[in-house]
Amino acid sequence: MTYFGDPAVWLPWTFAALMGLSILIYVVLDGFDLGVGLLMPLAEEAEKDRLVASIGPFWDANETWLVLAVGILLVAFPPAHGVILTALYLPVFVMLVGLILRGVSFEMRAKAPLAQKPLWNAAFFAGSLMAALSQGFMLGLYIMGLTWTLPNVAFAALTAVFLTVGYGFIGAAWLIWKTEGALQTRAISWAKRGLWGLAAGIMAISAATPFVSERIFDRWFSFPSIAYLWVLPLVSALLVGFVWRQLGRLPRAHDRAAWRPFAAAAALFTLAFGGLAYSFYPYVVPEKITIYEAAAAPESLFIILIGTVFVLPTIIGYTILSYYIFRGKATALKYD
Amino acid sequence: MDTLLLSRIQFGANISFHILFPTITIALGWMLLFFKLRFSLTGDQKWMQAYMFWVKVFALSFAMGVVSGITMSFQFGTNWPGFMEKVGNIAGPLLAYEIMTAFFLEAVFLGIMLFGASRVKSWVHTLATFLVAFGTTMSTFWIIVLNSWMHTPQGFEMIDGVAHATNWFEIVFNPSMPYRFVHMMLASGLTVAFLIAGVSALRMLWGDRGEDVKTALRVGVITAASLIPLQILAGDFHGLNTLEHQPAKVAAMEANWDTGPNVPLVLFALPDEKTRENRFEIAVPNGASLILTHSLDGVVPGLNDFVDDQGQALHPPVAPVFFSFRIMVGVGMAMLLLSWSGLYLLRRHGAGGVPRLALLAFSAMSFSGWIATLAGWYTTEIGRQPWLVHGVMTTQEAVADVPAGMVLGTLIGYLLVYALLILAYISVVTYLARKASRGEPYSARSYPRRGETGLRAQATGEAL
Repeated sequence: MTYFGDPAVWLPWTFAALMGLSILIYVVLDGFDLGVGLLMPLAEEAEKDRLVASIGPFWDANETWLVLAVGILLVAFPPAHGVILTALYLPVFVMLVGLILRGVSFEMRAKAPLAQKPLWNAAFFAGSLMAALSQGFMLGLYIMGLTWTLPNVAFAALTAVFLTVGYGFIGAAWLIWKTEGALQTRAISWAKRGLWGLAAGIMAISAATPFVSERIFDRWFSFPSIAYLWVLPLVSALLVGFVWRQLGRLPRAHDRAAWRPFAAAAALFTLAFGGLAYSFYPYVVPEKITIYEAAAAPESLFIILIGTVFVLPTIIGYTILSYYIFRGKATALKYD
Repeated sequence: MDTLLLSRIQFGANISFHILFPTITIALGWMLLFFKLRFSLTGDQKWMQAYMFWVKVFALSFAMGVVSGITMSFQFGTNWPGFMEKVGNIAGPLLAYEIMTAFFLEAVFLGIMLFGASRVKSWVHTLATFLVAFGTTMSTFWIIVLNSWMHTPQGFEMIDGVAHATNWFEIVFNPSMPYRFVHMMLASGLTVAFLIAGVSALRMLWGDRGEDVKTALRVGVITAASLIPLQILAGDFHGLNTLEHQPAKVAAMEANWDTGPNVPLVLFALPDEKTRENRFEIAVPNGASLILTHSLDGVVPGLNDFVDDQGQALHPPVAPVFFSFRIMVGVGMAMLLLSWSGLYLLRRHGAGGVPRLALLAFSAMSFSGWIATLAGWYTTEIGRQPWLVHGVMTTQEAVADVPAGMVLGTLIGYLLVYALLILAYISVVTYLARKASRGEPYSARSYPRRGETGLRAQATGEAL
């Protein structure tokens, strides 16, 4: 255990990195399937089954990354888990009810009597909306230090809207990749309308975060970090421009480049997330508790790490396998 | 009501709703694997038809289980932050191993199991079915390990009020774990056996005489009849284990106030904690002594041993534990009676000739496993009170400092959603059975076996 130096330092760091990775994977993967749920009311009746089919084999595993992320918070940083989740009691409740409604409607809309289908479609949309809004709200409140003051709540309400539009955008980008014909064309126009939300959201968060604390401000705007950090917003802006250009040229012959908007969206989420991680490290509860203070006992973390080293690559491996098996355009979901 | 009680009710409501669905998917996964393997071996279409019907129920139950399970992982933090702060070093790795070895396995391969049959080779699909069933069982294992450790903790030391692991083998194989794991696995098996038998009986009542339905009825009844004696035996062993480690719980289950020999078995009573006696008691002399110590004059612990100097009770609330235990045993006895009668009727008349009355009885018992499982969990979990981790921390110490009004508001929200979803779930399962008994769409289909192709091209299986 001492090969890498003090385990009370590198173990919390490793678990913070793992938690960050899980949250990022969750936001990208469940982001696109929540986004598809958000787009449901915009689709024609006949297209709705195709929308659902495009996420059918994946959504379950996508949500598991949320369980892993909150699980790592729970097991690796127990005191932080309590502080964060009690502060977010109400938005967590809204998110959970949303996720429940959504997951259940997913099955019910296909299995309940046909007359009930519009009802479950509506519940599917409502659940996706509740989950997306509450996650955006939690993001905003977390950035503001988890205190319920009026300006903080107003900012959180703003990030709630932005993240929801952002999810809608990555959902549309997913549909561009996984569908064809008229639906694909419509997805392209949805993506164009959603791109602003993502861009505005990233800008709002980037602009607000440095003013949350002097420490974060200094991390960004003091020499030498500023000398290379300016690359981050530049690359983000270039990506937004790239997506906009791509969307204008799609669909192309032989469905070329249909994957690019999604890849660029994932890259944008990653950059924004990287920026946030850079701002808040080493704090797990903003400006209050660091990952080193909140970490569980090294021997317990070590036991988990041993399993993680073997299991996480396996999980990533069979997740990729699953996406490979269900590659290509979404077809009607059938059990046989 | 205060935050503590409301939080307990909220957690109880969430976990009660959640456990309904894993109880079905744990054993139904193995049942589907059995159907699939039987089909691969015999090529008889009825097995695949049974598979195609029950895989829908599985998918629905699985989704309900996943989404209600996410709720649980958040509730630790929102309502019980003290739990992880004090015993997080033990509970954390156990939960982490559940997520890593079970959740992802089942979630990813579920996609392949449900929608991948036409995209992968038949053996890969069978393997995916196996991995899903295996994943649900691993999940059961880890969560039962943690739950059992909360009842019979060992393998740790307290340093500055925080538990630190000293021996992981002792933690995982804590004294009540093997009993609880077996008891829960059998409970799941029985729940699924009665669900399959009950829904198949319902379809037969509706005039469906397909081979797949008769086969499913037979499988359900035989599974139920073989598991119920094992479950009664396992329950007895589990009870003796509880007597050794949590005598106060057993005293509450039996509503026995005074420690002593020749304790009667209370069949019915209204336990009164104010006067500390039973009202309207009906009891069998020496019964409790006989069951718990296997001798007529064995000494059985009484509740009055678990009261502190100030007269404060250190034992669980008596009435809920006493009644839930009786409900569980009562349902178990009904299961024994019905499954063995069913077995006799199957032998005598064949699956097609089971009398109407028996079919009615089976369909009435479709969800009896849920009642017994919930009653059993209430017995053991309320029976652990006032402790959260037996002898280590009380429930009171773990509860979050959030306003009671907020807990009450969200509790009402959860209850409404849950009530609605349980109704929807039962009605959709019934609807699926109704639709299938009208012969759509499985009976006209034929499914290719391993190595056969061609039929798949005309597959008209129902779109999800």
